[in-house]
Amino acid sequence: MTALLTILCIALIAIIAIQIGKVTELASKIRGEEDMQEIVNRRSANYSLVFMIIFLIACIISAGYYKNYMLGYGPHESASAHGKTLDSLFNTTLFFTGIVFFITQIALFYYAFKYRGVRGRKPLYLPHDNKLEIIWTAIPAVVMTFLVVGGLDAWNEVMADIAPDEDHIEIEGTGYQFAWHLRYPGPDGKLGTRNFKLINGTNPLGQDWTDEKNLDDLHPSEVVLPVNKKVRVRITARDVLHNFYLPHFRVKMDAVPGMPTYFIFTPTKTTEEYRQELSNYPEYQVPDPNDPEKMLWETFNYELACAELCGTGHYSMRRLVRIVSEEEYKAWLGQQQSYFLSSIRGTEDDPYKNELLDIEVKQRKLEFSDALQKAIDATDTKEKVLRLNYVYFEPGAAKLTELSRYELDNLAESLNKYPNMTIEVGGHTDNTGDAAQNLTLSSERARAVKDYLVGKGIAAARLQAVGYGQNQPADTNDTEAGREKNRRTEFKILTQ
Amino acid sequence: MAHAANNPMSEEDILIKEQGYDDHFHDHHHGDKYQSNFITTYVFSQDHKIIARQFLITGMIWAIIGGLMSLVFRLQLGFPEENMAWLKPILGRWITLNEAGLGSIAPEFYYAMVTMHGTIIVFFVLTAGLSGTFSNLLIPLQVGARDMASPFLNMLSYWFFFLAGVVMFISLFLSTGPFSGGWTAYPPLSALPQASTGSGAGMTLWLISLVLFVVSVLLGGINYVTTVLNLRTKGMTMWRMPLTIWAFFVTAILGILSFPVLASGFFLLVFDRGLGTSFFLNEIYIGGQALDHVGGSPVLYQHLFWFLGHPEVYIIILPAMGLVSEVLSVHARKPIFGYKAMVYSILAIAFLSFIVWAHHMFMSGVNPFISNFFVVFTLIIAVPSAVKVFNWIATLYGGNVRFTAASLFAIGFVSMFISGGLTGIFLGNSAIDIQLHDTYFVVAHFHIVMGIAAFFGMFAGVYQWFPKMFGRFMNESLGRIHFWGTLVGAYAIFWPMHYLGMAGVPRRYYKFDVFESFGQFATMNKFITIAAIFVFALQVLFVINFFYSIWKGKKMTTKNPWGASTLEWTTPINTGHGNWEGNIPTVHRWPYDYGKDGKEFISQIQPLSEGEKDGGDH
Repeated sequence: MTALLTILCIALIAIIAIQIGKVTELASKIRGEEDMQEIVNRRSANYSLVFMIIFLIACIISAGYYKNYMLGYGPHESASAHGKTLDSLFNTTLFFTGIVFFITQIALFYYAFKYRGVRGRKPLYLPHDNKLEIIWTAIPAVVMTFLVVGGLDAWNEVMADIAPDEDHIEIEGTGYQFAWHLRYPGPDGKLGTRNFKLINGTNPLGQDWTDEKNLDDLHPSEVVLPVNKKVRVRITARDVLHNFYLPHFRVKMDAVPGMPTYFIFTPTKTTEEYRQELSNYPEYQVPDPNDPEKMLWETFNYELACAELCGTGHYSMRRLVRIVSEEEYKAWLGQQQSYFLSSIRGTEDDPYKNELLDIEVKQRKLEFSDALQKAIDATDTKEKVLRLNYVYFEPGAAKLTELSRYELDNLAESLNKYPNMTIEVGGHTDNTGDAAQNLTLSSERARAVKDYLVGKGIAAARLQAVGYGQNQPADTNDTEAGREKNRRTEFKILTQ
Repeated sequence: MAHAANNPMSEEDILIKEQGYDDHFHDHHHGDKYQSNFITTYVFSQDHKIIARQFLITGMIWAIIGGLMSLVFRLQLGFPEENMAWLKPILGRWITLNEAGLGSIAPEFYYAMVTMHGTIIVFFVLTAGLSGTFSNLLIPLQVGARDMASPFLNMLSYWFFFLAGVVMFISLFLSTGPFSGGWTAYPPLSALPQASTGSGAGMTLWLISLVLFVVSVLLGGINYVTTVLNLRTKGMTMWRMPLTIWAFFVTAILGILSFPVLASGFFLLVFDRGLGTSFFLNEIYIGGQALDHVGGSPVLYQHLFWFLGHPEVYIIILPAMGLVSEVLSVHARKPIFGYKAMVYSILAIAFLSFIVWAHHMFMSGVNPFISNFFVVFTLIIAVPSAVKVFNWIATLYGGNVRFTAASLFAIGFVSMFISGGLTGIFLGNSAIDIQLHDTYFVVAHFHIVMGIAAFFGMFAGVYQWFPKMFGRFMNESLGRIHFWGTLVGAYAIFWPMHYLGMAGVPRRYYKFDVFESFGQFATMNKFITIAAIFVFALQVLFVINFFYSIWKGKKMTTKNPWGASTLEWTTPINTGHGNWEGNIPTVHRWPYDYGKDGKEFISQIQPLSEGEKDGGDH
């Protein structure tokens, strides 16, 4: 129906058009072509003037209406340090081109109006004027030089890479169809190497796990950055071209497969500060259409987008960007877990399956000394018992596994640190198998631990080894998880 | 031919007869063996005037297709929530229905339309349709030649274009859809069928089509250059050529130098796609597997593409500039102001157009240091462009402007060229481009400066030379309605896009509601879409006027209806094969003697009077 109406409308317009055409042709026949041309000239000249006035006014009014999107103005102020320079360059250019725009448009339509054809008038024979040509070659040349110098000055500063010893954070954004994958260096401050051949379902960036720098790298789901700190974004792509685009920060750079690019910027306003600034503008003091509970300024967020056509989902590559204070950033960073430890450790892809990583050794040491300190401080005897979390034995035997030594070394170190401390090492099992055998096994295992410690130079008199078998379960024996907890080696601080 | 001989001879005919040059043309061509039947006259014609008309009408058909495509994606952008089920009978499975029966345009199709719109308008309409039409029509007529240097190659040029069009048209009906990776076809997206459905068979046909198109441009270009250099009539020195000819001549040179580079880029892309090479591919993991391609660079393709791509925008705009210069001068009844400055600025623009290509690539990962050079050269282009604008305005100054559809479009061209050219100064400055690159600001810039402006130049040309092509006039009133509506409508479409761009809204987005930052322009997008529909409707009016006037338009009764001084208006009303019936006219003066010595105009064939200095000598 709509289609039919549209076709009818078009047909009608066509008929009207042809009729108008015929009528004017008739008119020119009656009035004579020259008369008619003069009428047309007058009319068109007037239209030119009217168009010029309306057009220029519309330019000014629309600019006023959309003032909130003017670069560098109020709600659209840049949130990065270099962005302010770019915005002011934009506005300088706008100023000069604006002048030229108004002068030339006015001259064009005004001359068309003023010099409309009148019968009998002799036009000027004015083929050239070299002085004028030189003037209007020179003026644009000078203005351009001014703009070029300003532009290049800013460009080279913005695009310069980080100086060797400059304090900065490096993060990485990788585009793929159709999202951004983010990577932060862990405590070492360095991003590990990647190899696209290693990419698979569990290793989305193709990180080479034999590179230690990779082990502490984080894969957060949003960009969180501290305010006023220089950030170098390493930009890469996995499949096709993408573009790392942070509109509020005037950051944009293609992500190219096989060729990492970068962009350096310094956020100068936290998300909260930007919201507070927006709250000063009446346009933002209205309820958010998507969340009527809140004002528009309250729901404002920085965003990361893609600005290079990358396929059908190009329009949907959004990530949230949060700029926070230094403390909040540290707190957030502390909550993030290394991607390797959370997703790769212990799986088939883990090249260190049978060894303990330095980072884990350190972490366990910290864990151990924290727990020990707590036990020392405690007054309740129950809390003086500590489980040796990482001490394991070969199945059904009293032989310590290779990796158990790290935890036992921690214990030995502590015993050295507290020379008056004596402990009881206790072995426990679950209730599977024969109770008497379990008792023997647990005794032998406790002894194995004692032997190890003695081997590390701890006086045997400070160590008692006791096997409790299945008699002191820590949890239920009805579930596998419970039994797991029951199979354990503990030590009790007797004196300290 | 007999009837013309019976008419009393005009002063010009006598001049041609007496002063003209007898090349014994008609001694050789008794019976015109090249145009003896319908097929050789209208289909496989070797007459430049017929070929011009073929280019024009083919270009118009493609313009309608390309325009309709823009309406499809504008509907998506303006009315993303609207039910598009009514398009299903036409677009079939590209309209997807949800459970509630609400139809929406599939994103694949949206991107295919965006891509095809760009490809078609840039290459088929504004290159072939504009330069192909008017270079063919005007070069032999305005330099005083019987035809092109090689009419046969000229015919081939059209038919390669036609073939390119056929291949592209077929690609629209593939089950996987036409190519959808943007008209610039950046790899890896364009190289890997895994990356996008349109990058499969659609891309193969796209590449074949455009390689055929390059052949067409080269065959045409070599002819235009040769004809201008070798077939100018006696007295037609280079400095006596109309600016149209200068523009077509330089355009052809640009095409010959740059299109082969594009073709080489396409061939390398074909190798990457089919033969396992890695010119543009490196370290790619896609579709669950790591590809074997390593060592190439996607940026290399961008260099090759834009080495054509930037001259291409001048290939589009220079012919329009030439047409506008001619039309403005004729209708202002005044010489074009600063003829030599105009020629030098054409040459300067052409030269500079070859050393600015990387300004499309500031943000593509090229060494930022290299960008310095491209910024400098890009902003230098503003100087000759500004000179041209000032000269056009000075041409109007003190004139006696006759407002016709042609002259209105020429004035509109200047307005558009100013508006769109000035925004180029923002984008050419790499520092500002950081924020504006690939936003709607760019879309606004190039549509105004080389889309709308080039169309305006083309319309000015069509209205102006329609009588030369068809012996009848187009309807002037409709032409003026067409002009005012299009001028207002085109600004209504593209002006607001500047604000979108400043707000940071990226181009080539299927919808904007995923982002808080880009989603608040629903009203503006609606407005733009309505304006686009309005402008398209006006172009339908132009098409109606065009075809109606071919058969029913007001007949041309005098040879030189506009009172122009160039040679094409000395040919018979129904210009036959060979253009002039007897001798070829010889030229004695520059082409812009309007209002000189109290005469309205002095034809180029008019000898200089005693002691008179040629107006072009300065």
